[in-house]
Amino acid sequence: MTSQPADLRVIRARRSFSENAWRTLKTAPFTAWLGMIIILVYAIAALFAPWIAPFGESEIVGKQYLPPSAEFWFGTDQIGRDMFSRVIYGARNTIGIALATTLLSFIIGGTLGVLTALKRGWLDQTISRIVDAFLAIPVLIFALMLLAVFGKSVLLLILILALLDSTRVFRLARATALNVVVMDYVESARLRGEGTGWIIFKEILPNILPPMITEFGLRFCFVFLTISALSFLGVGIQPPTADWGSMVAESKTLITFGRAQPLIPAACIAILTVGVNFVVDWFLHKTSGLRE
Amino acid sequence: MSTEKKRVKGEVLLEIRGLKIEGSSDGVWHPIVKGVDLTLRRGEVLGLIGESGAGKSTIGLAAMGFARPGCRIVDGSIVFDGIDLRAASDEALRELRGSRIAYVAQSAAASFNPAHRLIEQTVETAVRHGIKSRADAEADARDLYKRLQLPKPDTIGDRYPHQVSGGQLQRAMTAMAMSCRPDLIIFDEPTTALDVTTQVEVLAAMRDIVEQFNTAAIYITHDLAVVAQMAHRIMVLRHGKEVEQAPTREMLKEPKEDYTKTLWAVRKLGKPESISDDIVLRVHEVDASYGPGMKVLDNVTVQLPRGRTVAVVGESGSGKSTLARAITGLLPPTKGEIYFNGKPLPRALKDRDKDTLRRIQMIYQSADTSLNPRQTIRDLIGRPIEFYLGLKGAECDRRVVKLLEAIELSEHYIDRLPGELSGGQKQRISIARALAAEPEIIICDEVTSALDQIVQEEILTLLMRLQKETNVSYLFITHDIATVRAISDEIVVMHQGKVVQQGPKTKVLNPPYPAYTELLLSSVPEMDPDWLTRLLEKRAAKSREKA
Repeated sequence: MTSQPADLRVIRARRSFSENAWRTLKTAPFTAWLGMIIILVYAIAALFAPWIAPFGESEIVGKQYLPPSAEFWFGTDQIGRDMFSRVIYGARNTIGIALATTLLSFIIGGTLGVLTALKRGWLDQTISRIVDAFLAIPVLIFALMLLAVFGKSVLLLILILALLDSTRVFRLARATALNVVVMDYVESARLRGEGTGWIIFKEILPNILPPMITEFGLRFCFVFLTISALSFLGVGIQPPTADWGSMVAESKTLITFGRAQPLIPAACIAILTVGVNFVVDWFLHKTSGLRE
Repeated sequence: MSTEKKRVKGEVLLEIRGLKIEGSSDGVWHPIVKGVDLTLRRGEVLGLIGESGAGKSTIGLAAMGFARPGCRIVDGSIVFDGIDLRAASDEALRELRGSRIAYVAQSAAASFNPAHRLIEQTVETAVRHGIKSRADAEADARDLYKRLQLPKPDTIGDRYPHQVSGGQLQRAMTAMAMSCRPDLIIFDEPTTALDVTTQVEVLAAMRDIVEQFNTAAIYITHDLAVVAQMAHRIMVLRHGKEVEQAPTREMLKEPKEDYTKTLWAVRKLGKPESISDDIVLRVHEVDASYGPGMKVLDNVTVQLPRGRTVAVVGESGSGKSTLARAITGLLPPTKGEIYFNGKPLPRALKDRDKDTLRRIQMIYQSADTSLNPRQTIRDLIGRPIEFYLGLKGAECDRRVVKLLEAIELSEHYIDRLPGELSGGQKQRISIARALAAEPEIIICDEVTSALDQIVQEEILTLLMRLQKETNVSYLFITHDIATVRAISDEIVVMHQGKVVQQGPKTKVLNPPYPAYTELLLSSVPEMDPDWLTRLLEKRAAKSREKA
C-alpha cells in the first residue's frame, strides 16, 4: 500500500472484458467446449460460404441425384446442384434468419417484459392479457396461417416469427424482472432520481441476463427448428435460396431408395441444436449455482 | 424408546469429541468446525454463542448427526445416549430425529408448511414415529399450547401458519419439537427474528417448558443477554473453535479470554447527547396510508436537528419504515407537510429536483439487497458522484478511492463485486454510496440489525465519526435499544403509527415513561441471568395489582 493521498495516485483501471471472458472459459467442461466448437464451425461456414463452397449456391453442375463422389462430396440434388455447396450456403441463410428472428423477438419481448414488471398497473394488465391470448395459439399453425395470408418473403417470415416468439420471451423477462424490481437497489436508484432507461438497462437487465441468455440459446433452437419446419412445408425460405429445411423436403424421396442424402441437411439441423444446448446447459449450470 | 425412568438429571446425554466439519465452496473443502468438544447432561441448557460463521449452527445440526448439503463431518465422535451418531444407519438416525432429538429453527414462518393446519404439523412427528395415537397426540398438543401460553389453546391449532403472529408461530414450533418429549432440543436462534416485546414471552415459554420436562437443550444465539437468561452453561465459539466455556454466572462475571471480553464490551459503546435547535427536517402532522383504510402513519410529527442523530424506535409494524418512505417521497403523505431547511418538500419523489434528492440519502438494512450484485464497487460508489456532481473518469475514480478510505477500506476493493465482500464491508459500501452524494440527511433503516455485534459496533463507530466530520444528520430507524443508547441524541418512540414520545435521549430512557415506552424498554434483555425471572415477577405482580 502506498501512503500517497488518493488525488496523486493512479487508480487501477477496470478489469477488461477479454480478461473476464478468459477466466470464465478456462473452467468450461468438455461438453461446453464441444458445443462451442460446433457453433464456431457453423459460424465460419456461414460467414465465409462463398470462399469455402466449391460451387455456387444455385449453380447447376451435374446430373440430377448423383450419389456422393470425390467431386460432389454429398452428391447432387433434384436439378443437379452440388449438395455440399448448398449445405454450406444453407448455414448462412438458415442460421442468419434464425438469429435475426431471435434477436428481434428478444428486443421486443425483453424490453416490454422488463417495462411492464417495473410499471405494473394497466400497462402490465393490457400487454400480459394480449400475450396470454397469443400464447394460446400453436406457433407453427399460426405462422403458417399468417404466411399464407401475407405472402412468403424473408422479411415477413422474420417479422411474424419474431412477434410470435416474443410472447414467450416477454413472459420470462417479466417473471424474472418482477423478482428484481422489488430489490432495494432498484428503489435506491429511483430515490437517486434515475430515469426508467437507467433502471431497466443498468439495474435490472444485468441481473436477469443469465436466464435471458440461456433462454436466448433455447429460443434460437426453437426458431431455427420452426423455420426449418416451415421451409420443409414450403412456406419458409423460398427456392432457389439454399436452406436445410427445404433441402430435406426436396430430396426426401431418395430415402425410399436407401440413399442417405436427405439426412445430411437434417443432421446439420440436429447437430447445431445439440451444440447450442451443450453451451446453454453449461451456462445455466454456472449461473444458477447448481452443483452435481 | 425413551422411558421416564431413564431420565436421570445430571447423566451425560450428549458427548461430542474432536468434531471437525468441512464445507465446500467451488469444489474446494475448507474447515468450518475445527475440533470442538462438548458435553451435555440431562436437563442442562448449553448456550452456544459467537458471530456468524463461527460454526454455531453447524455444531447444532451435528448434534443430530446431520450435516447440511455441501458440508461433511470429517472427524470426531458424536455420542448421544450411548449411540454413536456418526456410525448409526440412516434408519436409526431417522428414529432418533424428531422423537428424541428435536430442532427449533430461526424462522418459524419458513419452517411451517403453509398448506397445513398448525395442529396437524405439531403432532405429525409423534404420530409418524408411532409414539402416540393421533387423538392422544392432539390432546397433548393442546396441553402444550396451554403450557406455552398460546391464546385459545383449544382452537389455535386449527389455524394455518399465516393466521397467527410470528411469536405465536415460534411457540407452536416449540410445541411441535416437544410433542415427542425429546431428550434434547436444539434451538437455533429461535427469537432473533422477533420484536423485543414478543421475544420476552417466547423466551419465558421456552425456558419454562424445557424445565417442566427436564429436557436438555442447546441454545444457539448471537445475543448474549438472551443466552444469559436461557443457559446454565455458555460456550463461546469463534472461527469453528471453542474460545472458552463456563457456567453462565461465572462467564458473565469474569470472562477469561480477550475475545469474550470484547463481546461483552460491545454494549458499552455510547456518546453524550447534544441538543440543537437548528432543525434541518421537520415532519409535521403527517398521515400516510397504503390504500384506503390502511393508515400506517397517524398524525406524525418528528424533528431532526442538523448534525445530530434522531433514533426512531418501535416494534415491527409501528410505522418506522413507512416514516422513511414518506420522507423520501416513495409514499407521498395524505396529510401534513414535510419541511426541509424550512421549506416544504414536494410530496412525491418525481416532483423533487436532483439537488433535493442529493441532500436526502438512505441506507438500507440489508446490503445484500441494496447493492446491485452485478455492479462493481467503482460503479456503485461512482454513480452518485457522476450523477449528482458530474465528475467522470479518473476524477470520479479518485473520489471513489477517497470515500473507500473514509470507510476504512483499501482501494484494492474497487473492482470487486458485492458478493466478494463480508457483510460488514458491504454495509460500509452502502454508507460510502450515501456519502458520495454529500447529503445533509441520511436515513438509516435498521442498518445494523443484520450484522454481528462486533461488526455492529464498528459500523456505529464509523457512522459517528463521519457525522463529526461532515455534520450530516441521521434519522436512525431501529428496534434495538442498545444501538439507540449508543448513538442517538434524541429518540422518537413509535407505536401503531403514532408517535408515543419524542425527546432527548436521557429524558426518554429515564422515568417517568409513557406505558408503551416502559413496556418496550423493560423488554430489552439485560446481561443479568436473573433479569427474565425478575421481569416476569414484576409483570405478574402488576397484573395482580390491577385485578
